[in-house]
This record gives sequence, structure tokens and C-alpha cells, in this order.
Amino acid sequence: MNKIFPPTLHLIVTYAWLIVATYLIFFYAPQEATMGEVQRIFYIHVSSAWTALLAYFLIFLGSIAYLWKRRDSADDFAHGAAEVGFVFCTCVLVTGPLWAKPVWGIWWTWDARLTLTFVLWLLFVAYLMLRSYVINPGRAAVLAAVVGIMGFVDVPIDYMAIRWWRTQHPQPVIAGGEGSGLDPRMWVALLVTWGAFLCLFAYLLRQSTRLAVLRREVANLRRLRGSSQGG
Amino acid sequence: MRTLGVISAIFVKDLRVEWRHRETLASMCIFGLLVVFLFNFAFEPAGEERLRLLPGLLWIAFAFAGVLGFNRSFAAERENAGLEGMRLAPVDPGAIYLGKMLANLFFMGIAEVVVVFATSLWYNFSFIPALGWFALTTFFCTLGYVAVGTTFGAVAANTRMREVMLPVLQFPVAVPIFIAGVEGTTGALKGDPVSDYAGWIKLAAGYSAIFVVLSYLLFEYVLEE
Amino acid sequence: MLSDTPRAKPALELRDVSKQFGDFQALSGVCLRVEPGDSILLYGPNGAGKTTLLRVLSTLARPSDGKVLYDGADVHANPTVAKAAIGFVSHATFLYGELTARENLEFAGKLFGLTKSPERVAGVLDIFHLQERAETPVRELSRGYQQRVSLARAFLHAPQFLLLDEPFTGLDAASTESLQDLMRSLQGQGKGLILSTHDFEQGRAIAQRLVALEGGKVRYDGPIHAAPLAALRKGARSQESEASSTALPEGGGISLAVGETYGRND
Repeated sequence: MNKIFPPTLHLIVTYAWLIVATYLIFFYAPQEATMGEVQRIFYIHVSSAWTALLAYFLIFLGSIAYLWKRRDSADDFAHGAAEVGFVFCTCVLVTGPLWAKPVWGIWWTWDARLTLTFVLWLLFVAYLMLRSYVINPGRAAVLAAVVGIMGFVDVPIDYMAIRWWRTQHPQPVIAGGEGSGLDPRMWVALLVTWGAFLCLFAYLLRQSTRLAVLRREVANLRRLRGSSQGG
Repeated sequence: MRTLGVISAIFVKDLRVEWRHRETLASMCIFGLLVVFLFNFAFEPAGEERLRLLPGLLWIAFAFAGVLGFNRSFAAERENAGLEGMRLAPVDPGAIYLGKMLANLFFMGIAEVVVVFATSLWYNFSFIPALGWFALTTFFCTLGYVAVGTTFGAVAANTRMREVMLPVLQFPVAVPIFIAGVEGTTGALKGDPVSDYAGWIKLAAGYSAIFVVLSYLLFEYVLEE
Repeated sequence: MLSDTPRAKPALELRDVSKQFGDFQALSGVCLRVEPGDSILLYGPNGAGKTTLLRVLSTLARPSDGKVLYDGADVHANPTVAKAAIGFVSHATFLYGELTARENLEFAGKLFGLTKSPERVAGVLDIFHLQERAETPVRELSRGYQQRVSLARAFLHAPQFLLLDEPFTGLDAASTESLQDLMRSLQGQGKGLILSTHDFEQGRAIAQRLVALEGGKVRYDGPIHAAPLAALRKGARSQESEASSTALPEGGGISLAVGETYGRND
């Protein structure tokens, strides 16, 4: 992977893609009828949300793979997906209010999508906090894998419960319904932006796993030095 | 089946150990009561408002009493490495999970009864008319909550700051239970036709089934060293 | 070291076992074979890895590398058979303080799926002279009695192998002697025995084979009377002098948390 698509090239592609996406967002996509220019944040908001959700799915896959094969690469993958996914999830929660306030005059609403995103954010926090607080570092990977699996299984149930809850007690909805009346050019901008974000996500995940491998090598060297001193 | 014998042995052991001093049970009940008590200063519900607010109050009290119980359930095992003693035996780790889960369910049930009784008394609200459906809804929601809480209690036992770590793990995952618990019990207490809120009971039951099975399968990884 | 007779009885074996805890390497490439009838003294300074080795051997801890075998089969692939054959006594008692000795033993009996559990419990209470204390909550027993109950628990399912992690800690002379007698009789019954201890003299009274552990590696594995003790102790002592110098004076065997006793007569 490093030979075919080296990180530097990956970074360049990511930058390029982001630039294209920015152009599409600001100049190609038409202005939304009621909300004006502020609406353009929607492309970042939704792309981040989809990326965050995908990230948790990757945590799920990595966790299962780790418990099954016990390969460090699976654990690095899950951990990296968590760290990067957390950032994207935070982005959703930040862009939400930035969008809502100028358009609707409220900072936040507990509508179905935002509530679910917030729960997802908490699930990221739970996973990352666990990894930091485990007393015996050798056990962190296995315990995190269990939490990753349980957390992800919870997501569809959260989705059902929250949606149903909100149909019973309706609240103002920020994003105006699923894909309601999106101009084709908007779709293009959205998908290209999402692609750019996925490219960025993949790049950051790669760098994260590289870092994890280096950390492990340092730990190995420390161990060998420790035992050679004692022997 | 030997597994059933082991599960019931662990369940009985947990009950017997707790019965000698009843510290965990007492703290769960008192904590739940304190939450109900403080609620009075926050909201002071009266009349129609009670129906709107009390189910939420109950579930907040249950939630916190519950995590207290889950933490202590595994803290008690740490004293003399009782959990390791069970692991040394030729026992399926899933059986250890089920035994402890059922014990936690039992204790949480007792705490819930105490909290409901106090709520009924202090807010002059009768649960009797809707008792059957209320109890059924609460049972399935509690089962789901305990199913997850027992697993996360065991996970958090391996961390520093486990009193904080457990709620951080538990509460996001338990969101469907909170929603189902509040919505379901509201429907039951209002006297709505069952079909209106049966969906919530089914959600809680489905959630319980999924997480009991998942925890049963994953518990060996939580225990291994 | 290895028996020449055909393998009629199942052996417990560590094959190239390593164990690490984060940055710390507790065991490296340990190979050890225990057969019923063996009596092994596991000897080494603090931090050598004795407790870790016993925990891995008892199936409590999984090796980071290598295999633990019982009767030739990987213990973690099929733990039930191995666990039924192993009894482990550790620093922790595995007992519930609120329950009585009898209740603790009955619980253990159920965990091990013992038929005729009441008789076995009664028998074990008898062997360990616990009848008078059988109905007392374990929390109220002295350390020595608690350890006896812990031993009784390890012995209850009649395991072929008994692993004991520093069993003489906190025992008075009388208890120590009766423990040594018990171990000799277990030997006579053909059980496999491994005990780890700092006190070489206590161990020497029972063991026929010495396994010396240092820095997570096996330094010596052979008959106890042929062990190059001076060299082993010298290696251990130089390691100790590099570390803190808070060693207990020789003969102080009450709390073995820090330092070690090397026996009074060299």
C-alpha cells in the first residue's frame, strides 16, 4: 500500500479533492431557496455525519477482527478509526449549531438526527476514554474491542428508538427531512464533498496506524533493553 | 444441564454474600430515594404534571441506582479475587455472566420497588391502577439495562476511575432503554390502550435479547487476562 | 528431567511461553514440563516472574506467546479438562469473606461440578482441621486459617496438579510444618506439585526439582541437590543490589513483600 499509494501522494490527492469540493460547494451548487448562503454548511455537516457513522462501523469490524485473530493491525485500525471518527463527529455537532442559529434562531434542537449524532459522539468518547483508563495496558485492546462491538450494535437500535420517540414528540428539524428536494447539482456537491472527506479520513487513519506501529516498536525495544539489563 | 447449575450457584452465592451485610442493596435504595427527594426541589410536580414528569424521574433514579449496583457487584469480587476463583473452575465465562446478571437484576428490582413506593407516597401518585403493564414495561427495560450494565461493570472494573467510567460506557448504550422506559411507563400510567405503547415493550424486549446474547458471547474476552 | 517411562499420565507443560504486561516483559521463552509425581521448587528473586509463571500455568493468564499444554492439548482451546486437573493457591484466597468456610467450599464444589459434594466438603474440612471453624465467616478467621480454607478449596476437586504461590507467607511454625506434611503426602499420592517461595529451606524440605527463574527466564531446571546455588544466588543478589536496598534481614519471613531470605545456612 505504501509503495503503490504513498502517504505523500495520498495527502496531495486529499488536498486536491478538498479544493474541488470547496469550489463545488461555493460556486457550483445553487443557493438554497429559503436559507441563503448559510445553507452551504450542510455539505460539510452531512458529509461529516456519514463519515463518522462509517468510522464506527470500521471500529466494529476492527474489533471483531481483533478478537478473532488477535492481530495488532486490527486493533490499530479500530483505534485509529475511533480517533479520526471522533473528530468528524465533533465536526457534525459544531456545524449543526453554526447552521441552526442564523437560519432558525436556535442553537440546538433535539431532533432525531442531532440526537442520534450526539449519542454516536458519546459512544466515541466511551471507546476512547476506556482505552486511556484501563489499568493494565495489555488488556486495553481486548476490552476496547468488546465495547466497540457493543457500541455499534447499539447504533441501529438507537436510531429506531430516537426516531420513534421524535415522531411521538415532534421538535423543529434542522435539516428539513431526508434528501427532500435536493437539486441535482447539490447532490453532486454533496457526494464530491463526502468523497473528499473519505479521502481525508483514509489518510488520517493511515497515519494513525503508522504511528501505532512505531509506538509498539519503541515499546518492544524498551522491553528488550529492560530484560537484557536484568539478565 | 451443568451450566444451569453453575448459573444458579453463582446467583445464589451473590445473593447470599449480599444478604450478610446488605451494603450494596442499601446504598442502591438510598441513592434512588435521594434522587426522588431532590427532584422535589427541582420540579415540585403536582396534578397533571405528575404523569408527565414522574416516569422520567423514576428512570433517572433507576439509572443511577443501577450503575452503583453494577460497580459494587464487581468490587466485591475484587476483595479476594473471587472472580479468579470462578475462572479457575471449568466454568463457561458466559455462565458467570448470567449468574451475576440475574443477581444484579434481582437487586435492581428491589431498589426499583423501594423507589416506586417512595415516589407514590411523596407525590401522592398511585401506581396501582396500571400496575400490571407498568411492571411488565419496567421489567423488560430493567432487564436490558442490567444485561448491558453487568458487562460494562466487568469492563470498568479494569479501569481507573471506574465510578466515572461505568456511566460513560453505560448511558449512551442504554439510550433506547431510557426512551422505552419513559415512554412505555407513561403510556401504561396514563391508561392508554396497550397497542399504543406495546411497541416500546417490544423494543426493550428485543434490546434485552440482543444484549444478553451478545454479552454471553463476549464475556470470556472481558474476563481473560 | 523428562521421564523415560511411556506417557501414561497427562503432563502440564509450558512451551516457549512469553508474557508481557504493556512495556514489561514478565516471562521470555519459558519451557517447563510438570508431570504427576514431580515436586518442584520455583525459586527466584522478586520480579523474576514466579507468580506470572504460576498464573499462566494455572490457566488464569494467557501467554502472549507460546502455548500452555495439558496432556498434549492446548489448554485454551479446551480449558475444561485442564482446569479440572489443576488446583491453584495464591496470595488472594478466592474466598468470599461474608460466607463461611463450608459455604465457600460448597460453592467451589458446585463450580467444579462435583458429585457427592457434601461428602467431599466434609472430607476436606477434616483433612485441614477446619471443623471447628467451618461455620465462621471467612472474614473473621485469621490469615493462617484463611489460607487453610484456600488450600482446602484448591484440593476439593482432587486435582492432579497443585500450584502454590508462596504458600508459607504469614504462617507460623506449626502451620508451616503441617503444610509441609500435607505436601509430602500429596507427593506420595502421585500429585504434581509446584511451589514458589523465597525461603529456600522451606521449599527444599519438600521439593526434588528446582526451577530457578530470573528476569522472566529459566536459569536452571534440574534436581535440587545438584543446583549451583551459589551462582544462582549471586546472580540474584547482584540484580537486587542494583535495585533498592530495602531488603529484610535474613530470617525475617513474616512479610515477604520486599526482599527475600536466602536461608540461614548456605
